[in-house]
Amino acid sequence: MSIEEQDVSWVEEPTIGLWEAMYLPAIASGLATTIRHAFQKPVTQQYPEVKPDLPLNYRGVHRLNRDEQGRVKCVACMLCATACPARCIDIVGAPTPWADRDKYPTKFEIDELRCIYCGMCEEACPVDAIELTSIYDLTGLSRQEMVFDKEKLLSVYDETIQSGKDPARTARGVLGPAAQNLVPPEKLAAPIDELPPAR
Amino acid sequence: MMETPLVVWGVKIGIVLGMILTSCAYLIYIERKLAAYMQDRIGPNRVGPFGLLQPLADGIKFILKEDVAPRHADRFLFFLAPTLAIINTMLAFSVVPFGPTSSDPSQWQSVIAPGVDVGIVFIFAVGSLAVYSIILGGWSSNNKYSLLGALRSSAQVISYEIPLGTSILGVVLLASSLNLEDIVHFQAAGGFWQWNVWTQPLAALIFAASALAESNRLPFDLPECEQELVGGYHTEYSAMKFAMFFLGEYTHVITISFLMAVLFLGGWHFPWIAEQASSYAGAWAVKCGVLGLKVFALIILIMLIRWTIPRFRFDQLMGLAWQSLVPLSFLNVLAVMCVKQFEWPLWTLSVASLALLFGAAALKGMAVQRRLQSAGRSPSPPSVAAATALGKA
Repeated sequence: MSIEEQDVSWVEEPTIGLWEAMYLPAIASGLATTIRHAFQKPVTQQYPEVKPDLPLNYRGVHRLNRDEQGRVKCVACMLCATACPARCIDIVGAPTPWADRDKYPTKFEIDELRCIYCGMCEEACPVDAIELTSIYDLTGLSRQEMVFDKEKLLSVYDETIQSGKDPARTARGVLGPAAQNLVPPEKLAAPIDELPPAR
Repeated sequence: MMETPLVVWGVKIGIVLGMILTSCAYLIYIERKLAAYMQDRIGPNRVGPFGLLQPLADGIKFILKEDVAPRHADRFLFFLAPTLAIINTMLAFSVVPFGPTSSDPSQWQSVIAPGVDVGIVFIFAVGSLAVYSIILGGWSSNNKYSLLGALRSSAQVISYEIPLGTSILGVVLLASSLNLEDIVHFQAAGGFWQWNVWTQPLAALIFAASALAESNRLPFDLPECEQELVGGYHTEYSAMKFAMFFLGEYTHVITISFLMAVLFLGGWHFPWIAEQASSYAGAWAVKCGVLGLKVFALIILIMLIRWTIPRFRFDQLMGLAWQSLVPLSFLNVLAVMCVKQFEWPLWTLSVASLALLFGAAALKGMAVQRRLQSAGRSPSPPSVAAATALGKA
């Protein structure tokens, strides 16, 4: 297939006239642009004094959510640890002492230095137990300090849940009863398959 | 004639040097602020009110920093280069009048070395030595990027020396003197419209461009362009030695701004407030102030240009010097010679200067157009011919 002559349109370089060839008008208009910017309002944020206004879906430090009774919401299903591309989540599950779920984590550690803050754990979690908060200024004096255990992650939840920046996103999707706590307390002892269907 | 005691000279030199160094420090502050404003930022604002103590903090930092010399560097030359950078630019300033002067030696002279009859030649002689500091710095660092920067710089400075010197020839011819003070007096005697920028606009333009290139400022800062050469000739320098290179560059900017003001903008002369005849009380200070304001405006303009125009490519840099500025400056000298020889009125010189500028622009525009025509728009471009031939086959 050849290109037909009438399909070809030739683009020409713009010609340079007397005015452009002097360069001076171009320099003057460039100076006008930069001088105009000098009088515009700066876009700088004075960071330590003025905190940035982050979007709600910002992916910062993790937290482990609590359910209504203040217990850890996690059911130790390992989906987040499996989904994690950086392999920074370490979970040890155990049979739960509570009636509404089978397992709970006895150990839940996230290496915050190894994490790439991709948010895959949050997406994988079936009970919305793990969420990323808007905390971005994370510092520590040792590597060990940056490995957050279960207590630390729960304390992050306690710190951030009231801030308004990190609402619990639990009711977003259709969830299992363990997360929703839809079950009346008297039924909590009942077997799982007798529970009402999820919404 | 009254002999001026040596102490007075010492004090004067001390004051001038101190002023230059302080203004260098604060020019860096102003440049950073200006750059920030032009880029919609705020700039230094942490040290002191509005960041005004930033130059002080920088100075302390430079002095206290570790002074690293590479193991394979030529130590003597490595130390000599930044020293030369500062000495040269300071030395050039010694004949630049920073205020009114008079031919009567008993009067106050606002210049460190008054009555130097070869003033301009001295400045150029000393100014060309500045290339040694760059070459020695680049070579003694024993580093290929430093050396590349130094080589670029030598080619650039030597090329731009020619239009720089030739553009001034016209001014010298017109004033019939190489003495900077006489050149100011010549302009002041003729009033506002005898400033050299009006009689020789082309020379002023050539001088401004070449002076920018001489001081290695953007858009001519190829010797130290960070994107290609790490840091250019001062890549290996740290602490105070780096600061000395920096000071040398800023002193050079101050010197060329003074030269520009003195040679082309009438020096301390300004209509009504600072005439040659004005002898009211404090006229001396007013004249110094006028010259200072002119210099400050020029420095600001140089900074604005730095943040406006992108850097030249090296062949464009050389092309600008050898194909445009050198021939134009020679033609400018020719015009001044004609005006002097046939004693035409001065306004003919302005006309001739502008005509040269526009003529050169027209020639350039025509050349570009011819190149475009011959390169891009042949009646049957080879690619199409080949494509149709392939289709028929």
